Formats: sequence, structure tokens, C-alpha cells
Amino acid sequence: MTGHRARLLCIASLVAIALGAPAALAAETYDPWPGLVQDIFSNRPMNDGNDVIGIEMPARAEDAAIVPVTLRTKLQPGDSRRVVAITLVIDENPAPMAAKFTLGPDANVTEISTRVRVNNYTNVHAVAELSDGKLYVSKVYVKASGGCSAPAGKNVEEAKNHLGQMRYRQFTKSEQGPATSTREAQIMIGHPNNSGLQMDQVTQLYIPAFFVNELHIWQDDSPVLAMEGGISISEDPNIRFTYVSNGAKHFRAEAKDTDGHVFEHEWKVENPGT
Amino acid sequence: MAHGGSVLALLLMLWAPTIARAQEAELPVSEVAPGIFVHTGVTALMTRENEGAIANVGFVIGDSAVAVIDTGGSVREGRQLLAAVRSHSDKPIRYVINTHAHPDHSFGNAAFVGDGTSFVGHKALPRALAARGQFYLDGFRRTMGDVLIGEVRIIPPTVLVEDTLKLDLGRRSLTLKAWPPAHSDNDLTVFDERSGTLFAGDMVFLEHIPVVDGSLKGWLRALGDLTAIPAERVVPGHGPVSAWPAALADERRYLETLATDIRALVKSGKPIMAAAEHAAAAERPRWQLFDDYNARNATAAFSEIEWE
Ligand SMILES: [Zn+2]
Repeated sequence: MTGHRARLLCIASLVAIALGAPAALAAETYDPWPGLVQDIFSNRPMNDGNDVIGIEMPARAEDAAIVPVTLRTKLQPGDSRRVVAITLVIDENPAPMAAKFTLGPDANVTEISTRVRVNNYTNVHAVAELSDGKLYVSKVYVKASGGCSAPAGKNVEEAKNHLGQMRYRQFTKSEQGPATSTREAQIMIGHPNNSGLQMDQVTQLYIPAFFVNELHIWQDDSPVLAMEGGISISEDPNIRFTYVSNGAKHFRAEAKDTDGHVFEHEWKVENPGT
Repeated sequence: MAHGGSVLALLLMLWAPTIARAQEAELPVSEVAPGIFVHTGVTALMTRENEGAIANVGFVIGDSAVAVIDTGGSVREGRQLLAAVRSHSDKPIRYVINTHAHPDHSFGNAAFVGDGTSFVGHKALPRALAARGQFYLDGFRRTMGDVLIGEVRIIPPTVLVEDTLKLDLGRRSLTLKAWPPAHSDNDLTVFDERSGTLFAGDMVFLEHIPVVDGSLKGWLRALGDLTAIPAERVVPGHGPVSAWPAALADERRYLETLATDIRALVKSGKPIMAAAEHAAAAERPRWQLFDDYNARNATAAFSEIEWE
């Protein structure tokens, strides 16, 4: 709930910026992070996340619409705490809260990769919530792309054709021996994930937002990963992650979008093991 | 005396913008065929220094009217193009054709707004301008500055091309073709039959690495139909005016290499980050601005090809 509210607040403030002072000017003179900690995390204390959560992004957003990001948990094997959730915040984006990932208690997810839109020169924060109830933060700085790249879609008709398609893929993790049950998988969801914040230059109206706001992934009936998504997630949301197999024979995903569509799919796990 | 002087100064101030406009330098153009004029942009990113003049722009003179094809990367470049038109013809500019939404081709539109001038574009151009216009203005304000970008207006077309459209300039007819997504999702080409000249917009790049901002697969598919256009020469979006269709060879090789490399990466389960680093690496020595665009092309192509 708080996540939703924070996002709405951020959209409202963007509209105010777009209608008033130039956004670029505001960005140079003001660090949005303290305000975001208040809006998204209710001002809870932030601890140094250097040993807890890693965030990797290219230094420059080559394509503003598709910037890869990888989140990696860094807790040592003996650590009694576990990562409960990871929130990804792109400070200077129109809607900074990109996604909140909730990690299944038994799935041991250690790596999550997705793709985001980056509108501006920006800090990107990853905030991990551990089972001890504390928040740990890491950040990277990303330069906006130059040239004719834009966070909006490249092929709007094709994006509509994809709507609701779901793909699952399992990867063999080369650095892991055959004895381990650590797996790597990917879920793709066809969706324009329209940010809705661009103003139509002709009508001067904002195009309505239309995006995937919820995704749940299970192995059999055990939750692996859930995502609460915002408009900063790229078109055709793509989540690649590691997890530990519980021997389940099926993988299941359910996505919901802001128009109330529900997309569901189930796949057989290749080689379930254990 | 002092009083008269200040009135004069005031009048000069009021006139100054008009004088500046009237006296804007002419954009250098060459007549590549009778009645066909082209300015060849510099192969570079848009900057304050080059005033955004990186794309090829041009105009076609018929017996009764002129058509301008792309307006450049700033209103200043647009005004310089207008001055070049005026030094070669006093016929009315009936059409301003935008080959697509990218700022280096359309930021000069405001220089041509006037009675009797229609803006012409792909049927998807208004949507692209709506979705991207403000982002482009904000982004290029950072790199090109307020002076150049402050006067840019996003001007959508009023004449839309659904499939093909012929425009009559007086004993000279231009054939406009709207393409499915390729370089972008709103590419338009302009063919002048009389001289055999094809204005290809960014469907064709030479020397400047091709930029994929629509559909790599769509672009590769379009090359067949593009080759079939019976032109003698092409005015590419970037790079020198060249013989047709030989001019397509480099672009075809690059796009095919990119697609082949990306397919191999997707097949072997590599992450999208690997595409930026490895795809089409063999093409590096053959293009200008390779490091500015290849990683981006690879990223975009990966997100398309992984759905195969
Ligand atoms: Zn272009």
C-alpha cells in the first residue's frame, strides 16, 4: 500500500514539474533521495549496504528505454539473516520507485536482473530489507543516454501484439556443479508498460499509464519471487533470477496490469532434480 | 537628440530578430540533380557547436512549388536551410516532409511554419512526437543549450502518409512511402522519379553507423523493397549522396552481422548486458560513431530477437 501511495505522490510531483519549472534545472539543484526515503520508506534509517546488496548497471544508459540492472545479495552463507525484499529506486525518473521485489522465504534468490527506463542523469538505489527488519542501501550513478534514444516505445504496434504473451526459460548455470540445486530462470511478459507520462503535444493531455503492477512467480505452490512494478520497468518486462529448486515439477507466473488484466502461465520445469 | 536616438535604438531592437532571420547565413547545399539540393550533415552527435546540423537535409524544386525534406537539428539550421531555398527559388514552399521523428531531422520545423505550407509525415509520426517530443527537448537542452533549444517547437504533420502518397510540385511528382517499423516506427522515404533521386531518410546510413530505434528484423525485411526502388542515387539520412542500390551494401552487412551475433548470444543464454559488449564487434573499424551507438543497437536488438 505505501508503495502505491509513494508512486502516486511521485507522479503528482512530476506533473507539477512538467507544468512549471524545467525538470533539468530542478535535477541539478536538488537531491531527491531524502524525500524518496520519506515517501517510499517512511523515513526508516538506511544502513550501508556494501556487504548486503550489490547493484550493477552500465555507467551510461545506452538505450534510455532498456537499461539492464542486476541486483545481487551479498550475505555470507553462515549469516542468520535473509533478504526479505529489494526495492529499486531511480531517483530522477518521473516515477522513481521502479520495483519492489519480495523474495520467497525458501527460494534463496540471490540474483535478480531486469531492465528499466532511465530518463535523466541519476543515482539508482537498491534498498534491501533483511529479516532483522533493517534496511540496507547501495547505489550506482547512471548517465542518461544521448541522441535520439527515448524511454518511450520503439515499435508501438508490435508492443500491442505482444500483450499478455508470457515466456519462461531455464538456464544452466555454468559455474555451478551438477550436484547443486541452484537454478537460473527468466520470465518475459509481453506488455507495452506504457509510462503514460508523455504529454500529447497536440491535445496537451497526458497519455494514460498502462503497465504491469504485479507479478508473482511460484515453483509448485512455493513463492519464488514477487514484483510490485512501476512505470520505470521497460516494455515487455523481463525478470531473470537465480533460485534454489525445491524439486518442483512446475513453474507458475501470474501478472496483473493497471487495466485489471490478469496473465497467467504454467511451465514444466526441465530436469527438476532433487 | 538623445530622445530621437533612444527611439531609434528601440526600433532597432524591435527589428533585430527580423533582421537576424532575414540575414541568416545560407546552409551550404549542392545540386545533386537538376532541381534537387542537398546539405550533407557532419557525421557527429548533435552539439551546441554544430547547431544540430548532423543529418542530411534538402529540397526539391518543381515548376510551381518547393518541397523541403527534413529541417535539421535546430531552428537555426532550419532558417539557414530556408535561406538556401530562397537563394535558389522564389516559388512557395508547399510541403515540409519529415522523414521521421528524430530531432536531427525535425527540430528545424519551426523555421518553415507559414500560410500555405503543409507538414507531411508517416501516419505514426504524430504519436512518436507526442511520446518523445518533451523528452527530446529536455535532453538536448542539456547538450545544446537554451539558446538553440528554446525556440524549437514540436510540430506534428497535418498530411499523413498511410502507405504511399504522391505530391505534385508542378511537372514534378514526389512519391512518398511509409514503411513498417525499421530504423524507427515512423520512417518515410521520398522518391523523385524525374531525376531518379531517393531521399531515404534514416532508412539508409553510410559511414555513420546505422541506428536501430524501431525494429532490426523489420529493417532487414524492408531492404528488399527498398532495393527495388528504381533510383539512380540516394540521399541517405547520414553520409554522402551515393549510387543506388550499391549504397545499401554496408548497412545490410552491419544489420545482418548484428542480428546473427545477437541470435547466437540469445541462444547460448547470455544476458542482455553481454550483447552491448560483444555483438557486431567485427564492424567497429568500418563505421564512424561505432562506440556511440553499437551498444545501444545491440541492446535494442536483443530485446527484440529474444522473442523469436
Ligand atoms: Zn533517425
